[in-house]
Amino acid sequence: MAKLAVNLITGRSTKQGIGISTGKAGSEYREATGTIELSLQDMVRAGFSDGDRVTLKSEFGSTEAKCVPADIPEGLAFMAFGASCNQLIGSETHASGMPDSKHIQVEIHLAAEEPKTQGNPE
Amino acid sequence: MLRIINGEVYDPANNINGEVRPIFVKDGKIAASDGGGRTIDATGMVVMPGGVDMHSHIAGPKVNMARKMRPEDHRLDPIRRTSLTRSGVGKTVPSTFATGYRYAAMGYTTAFDAAVPPMAARHAHEEFMDTPVIDKGFFVLMGNNEFIMRQIAARERETLRHYVAWLLQATKGYAVKLVNPGGVELWKFLGNARALDDEVAGFGVTPRQIIQSLAEASMELRLPHCVHIHCNNLGIAGNWETTLETMRALDGRRGHLAHIQFHSYGGKPGGVFTSRVKELAEYVNTHPNLTVDVGQVLFGDTTSMTGDGPLAYMLHRISGRKWINVDVENEEGCGILPIEYKDKNYVHTTQWAAGLEWFLTVRDPWRIALSTDHPNGASFVAYPRIIRLLMDREYRREILKQANPKAIAKTTLPDHDREYSLFEIAIITRAAPARILGLKNKGHLGIGADADITVYEMGEDKEKMFASPRYVIKEGQVLVEDGHIRQETYGKTLFVSPEYDPAVEKDIREFFNNYYTIKFENYPVQLEHYLPRPQEIAAAP
Amino acid sequence: MQADHVVCAFCGCDCDDISVTVEGGRITQAKNACVLGRAWFISHGKPPTLPVARINGQPVTLEQGVEAAARYLADARYPFIYGLSSTTCEAQRLSVALAELLGGCIDCCTSVCHGPSGIAVQAVGEPTCTLGEVKNRADLVIYWGSNPAESHPRHISRYAVTPKGMFVPEGRKGRTVVLVDVRRTPSARAADVFLQIWPGKDFEALWALQALVNGQKPDPAGVEGIGLTLDQLTRLAERMMRCKFGILFIGQGLTQTRGKHFNTAAAFLLVRALHRHTKFALMPMRGHGNVAGVDNVLGWQTGYPFAVNFSLGYPRFNPGEYTAADAFGRNEADAALIVASDPVASLPGQAARRLAEIPTIALDTHESETTRIARVAFTTCTAGIHVEGTVYRMDNIPIRLRKVLPSQYPADEEVLRRLLVRVKELKAC
Repeated sequence: MAKLAVNLITGRSTKQGIGISTGKAGSEYREATGTIELSLQDMVRAGFSDGDRVTLKSEFGSTEAKCVPADIPEGLAFMAFGASCNQLIGSETHASGMPDSKHIQVEIHLAAEEPKTQGNPE
Repeated sequence: MLRIINGEVYDPANNINGEVRPIFVKDGKIAASDGGGRTIDATGMVVMPGGVDMHSHIAGPKVNMARKMRPEDHRLDPIRRTSLTRSGVGKTVPSTFATGYRYAAMGYTTAFDAAVPPMAARHAHEEFMDTPVIDKGFFVLMGNNEFIMRQIAARERETLRHYVAWLLQATKGYAVKLVNPGGVELWKFLGNARALDDEVAGFGVTPRQIIQSLAEASMELRLPHCVHIHCNNLGIAGNWETTLETMRALDGRRGHLAHIQFHSYGGKPGGVFTSRVKELAEYVNTHPNLTVDVGQVLFGDTTSMTGDGPLAYMLHRISGRKWINVDVENEEGCGILPIEYKDKNYVHTTQWAAGLEWFLTVRDPWRIALSTDHPNGASFVAYPRIIRLLMDREYRREILKQANPKAIAKTTLPDHDREYSLFEIAIITRAAPARILGLKNKGHLGIGADADITVYEMGEDKEKMFASPRYVIKEGQVLVEDGHIRQETYGKTLFVSPEYDPAVEKDIREFFNNYYTIKFENYPVQLEHYLPRPQEIAAAP
Repeated sequence: MQADHVVCAFCGCDCDDISVTVEGGRITQAKNACVLGRAWFISHGKPPTLPVARINGQPVTLEQGVEAAARYLADARYPFIYGLSSTTCEAQRLSVALAELLGGCIDCCTSVCHGPSGIAVQAVGEPTCTLGEVKNRADLVIYWGSNPAESHPRHISRYAVTPKGMFVPEGRKGRTVVLVDVRRTPSARAADVFLQIWPGKDFEALWALQALVNGQKPDPAGVEGIGLTLDQLTRLAERMMRCKFGILFIGQGLTQTRGKHFNTAAAFLLVRALHRHTKFALMPMRGHGNVAGVDNVLGWQTGYPFAVNFSLGYPRFNPGEYTAADAFGRNEADAALIVASDPVASLPGQAARRLAEIPTIALDTHESETTRIARVAFTTCTAGIHVEGTVYRMDNIPIRLRKVLPSQYPADEEVLRRLLVRVKELKAC
């Protein structure tokens, strides 16, 4: 199975910001925080199609997301802040209080089967 | 109800000089007759009104930025919570709770913050709500206010006066404060004002016009406290001429010159640095319209915080230490940095000596108030040490020997034999600041005055005596005994509310719409939410 | 009914010019608000349907909720209060009092927002200004590691770029806007110059700029691999030195990436160095509506802006120990009080999982990931819609929130006051 190694950046997005107010149980918020943006070149190389469900794995955990192409340099990926991407972030802060929420080394491959919702501990 | 008997009473405003007489308290006020209640036997003790600090930096954005910047300072002085009191940190930028407790524990019951930018008035009031025990208020920065400068340029005296009244009402402030008039505005594009007739670019006014206009507005509005001035060129060699020029510019109008020590230097930048206190004090001695507070420096580490942005940058360029600057839209700015005054340093010794020269040279103690410009010269907790320096010339000479001898030789300090009496100390620490501030019910123990009273055990070591009073009474309640807070109360917020013509609001609103990022309607501080114990101080007669 | 000059307390801009329309007990319109503000007003302007308090998901009375929560907190050995970025200063002041009474820890969203900027202030200071200074004076506006178009949409249009100001009467035309980021975000559309930097290289770029501003020539080899050429950096440095009033807005691109407080300190030092040439300021783009307020409240009550521990009876500060990600991530805290924040959705997975293991008490206006796992969850009304109070903008300017709707729910302040009273009683036993 094709694998892709990327440098993941997490951050705010408009949809995620709206979702904070309209409700985190809502599908818009789930979608906004459950999507990973990749460069088209990387997607082609890994054999991903727009909308594929992918598994993301870092040193600290794993999650699933939908992948979409975006205007982003090769080798980089972006996800909006949320419970999903937080599974990939360690709680070590190097005495700063701030976790490494950007610049995370992540491996991506196509999700095996049925999508699982991550980030909801229930 | 309370009575204090057998104490030596020092109440200069009522001309009582050490007479043993009883003091009666009823309903939080000084009363004429005994109403029963607890009796404090003050045999062998000194009874004075509660101390009044008329120039300090204790609340608001500048103080809080300094707190957030200095963890290394806080670590030296942690303060534990008790069943009665909140925890905090002390040292040079104490937390709000610590500020209230420490003033009270030192026998001070009233303090004013000397520099609040109007736009952050709400912040200062929020901190006051967490500042226990003392009564408090603040001065409103206006010396670089762009609306004011426009009115001065347009010769709109009336509009200017109404605006000043509106701004005092909107901020619930106490007095008009100028800091480096015109200079802070210029600093917003990296400049500064160097002389009273320098033009403030973009506004067509000069520092002299700002000083004169706001001195007049303060008088016309009959504010209890006159215009409170931090002159241009603070800290710079040769600045005594600017200071003298400022005094002259007041031209008979009432004016208070803040932390005058920092404005009394001869010489030239980069050249010799000397004290010119003698000349300035002589001018003050002969001009009864002027009052000063000293801004005494003590040796040690402290935090410099000032509305004078360019000054803080200059100090940062000298020391290289961490530095905060905040420019506030249309109004003011501020600068903050840690600073250490060293006794071996020529300039620092000159500054230390200049402060003492002021105390020893001004003849009328009613026109000079004790201050360190807390925490700029030193923390307010250093007041007892300054009192000892003034009351004990042998001690003064001891300290003098440790300081830089070259600097001392150039001052008049070794020539002074004067020692302050308890009566004079009572003047410069309570009676005079209360009178200069226009607080009729404070700084004295006459009938009807606020029952804010401090009782000290008489002692040879005046620093010890004044550092830990036996009793501190606020509004008739014994709050401190033997240095410990016995009950936690919150004092009042003192403010003025001068009248203005509401028609002026149209121009102000337009100015807000054009140049502010907050709406005119959201600007004024709501009395009911931010002043839990408001006390309006009426206009002067 | 229409209410004017209403404050939007969603993000750190705290825009106070919103006109809100209320129809049938709901907010139907929020004029002047951005897309995020509209969503905030409209969704919070609907009555929520949750019970006022729940224990393990079951509805209880407010009193029962307070009793259970107070006991959890009073029984804990290391209770931890966290969040506070979307509530009033009045509630924040009570939260600090509660942390002190408990001898616990209190940390706020600052630690995962601009905590590294706070640490940099402690190291080197901060040359800054209010937003109106930018509006009135800035002819050069730089956003670095910030995406205001999505995080603070009106930052561009109301404060920093579009408006006409006293010394920038031509508005947008009078300013040059530079965006430095690792990806071309929607904010790039608002910029004249977009500089794409490689992730994790901010420190190198900022340090090279400082060298250039100080008249030094960085070694071209030293700037390899940062995504920007020495030539690009030199032109940026020249642009900075040439402007009349410059502003550098820094975002989480600096604070959350490798280097953290070294990145922010490098930015502060660059702006400081620029003062030899021109006037320049810096401002962290604070995220939530009152995250700056909690720094201020903690500042005046304890001396420290975040990460405060009271276990010795006095405040101590130590990021990396008394910060939420660490204290929960290392399984240290054994009870949590979460106020107006959703750490289960915003802290690293391991820290979030700890919150589900220990007694967690949550105060929130809506259901969140955290209220869902909380042992005790309180539904409170929204500050700025149902209740007044004080918030601080990203530039530390305090504003009073307005109330536009009644609510059946208590304010955070009220729940906290009850908790404080009850914990005091329990601790006295």
